Amino acid sequence: MHNFEFVKPSSIADAVKALAAEGAQPLSGGQTLLPTMKQRLAAPEVLVSLTGIAEMQGVCMGEGGLHVGAATPHAVVAREAAPSYPALAALAGGIGDPAVRNRGTIGGSVANNDPAACYPAAVLASGATVVTDRRRIAADDYFQGMFTTALEEGEFITQVIFPVPQAAAYVKFNQPASRFALTAVFVARFADGVRVAVTGASNNGVFRWEEAEAALSADFSTAAISGLSVSDADMISDLHGSAAYRANLVKVLTGRAVNAAH
Amino acid sequence: MTKVTMTVNGKSVSAEAEGRTLLVNYLREGLGLTGTHVGCDTSQCGACVVHVDGKAVKSCTVFAVDVAGSDVRTIEGMANADGSLGVVQQAFQDHHGLQCGFCTPGMVMSSAALLAENPRPTEAEIRHYLEGNICRCTGYHNIVKAVLAASGQDAGAMAAE
Repeated sequence: MHNFEFVKPSSIADAVKALAAEGAQPLSGGQTLLPTMKQRLAAPEVLVSLTGIAEMQGVCMGEGGLHVGAATPHAVVAREAAPSYPALAALAGGIGDPAVRNRGTIGGSVANNDPAACYPAAVLASGATVVTDRRRIAADDYFQGMFTTALEEGEFITQVIFPVPQAAAYVKFNQPASRFALTAVFVARFADGVRVAVTGASNNGVFRWEEAEAALSADFSTAAISGLSVSDADMISDLHGSAAYRANLVKVLTGRAVNAAH
Repeated sequence: MTKVTMTVNGKSVSAEAEGRTLLVNYLREGLGLTGTHVGCDTSQCGACVVHVDGKAVKSCTVFAVDVAGSDVRTIEGMANADGSLGVVQQAFQDHHGLQCGFCTPGMVMSSAALLAENPRPTEAEIRHYLEGNICRCTGYHNIVKAVLAASGQDAGAMAAE
């Protein structure tokens, strides 16, 4: 990989200053960025590590729900979110493998918006708020297609705030080699309705299955979605599964998530 | 190049590194600790697993400079003070948990991390935890037996196949 200048600030304010440099890019756990740099698909001139910033670490209940610091590794979310938001904790505990979970962070995952990543489904289904160094972005406005988000140049996530649903579950159909989602569905039931987010399936990245949301808001049972079908028009098709296979998985996994939600 | 300092296997060490120097290359080339292996170099295989501040990480996917100041443990730090094999290493030998040995440093480090978190794991927990460590020789069975034995459980009770 190409070399770069490395900076490791210890506060958000210092990270903002460092990221103002020409060609600067944030680095979180690096579990995606390092492989990308090895392939020379990314070649930042300055890398600003965000993992030394104490105010971006940790999980706690606060205003608006569960506050997760953007530099919190998956393993910590898996452990510390378990009492307050078990479905989110279970999702974090199923990402990659234990060593990846010790480095990879929620902020990195949400900023990258891989179309098969787990966290975007939780953020979108929970109607979470993505807090950055300069503003707050609603999940519905944040995800803008495969590897595309509302983040501007140099902007970085500092925290994600999750409203905690009454019941929720994430069901992932593993792609066993990469451990990403071949397709996965997060169902979250709130007092004012149900949200269903799908990852791994669409060419446009994570999306809400609004037809299922309407049906499940009226009747939270698998019967409510049995008559629905998912179009395969925008679905990913690759050697692991055809578009039609993924479209079918969306419905099957939504049913399983409804059954698993508690 | 800058001087990167950290604690490795209980000793303070430093070596020159570029920003892009991976932790595994810092250990192997900078410090001569070649027990940690580079298998896939894409964070799939786990041959490069070491502990950073007590947590298992894939050292091919971490920059050395990003963990400067950390407490790192490698396979070279797993033996007892008198040079005899540590508990996990001895269990791998006793139960034939290796054949070619290439994945073994990572297997031992991941197994030790598991036992630190969960001192008496079930067979299923061991298999699940070692998901990120690939072995092409053993079929995993004897590795799982070795980890059961290292945790003080009866590996003989595990099914033969």
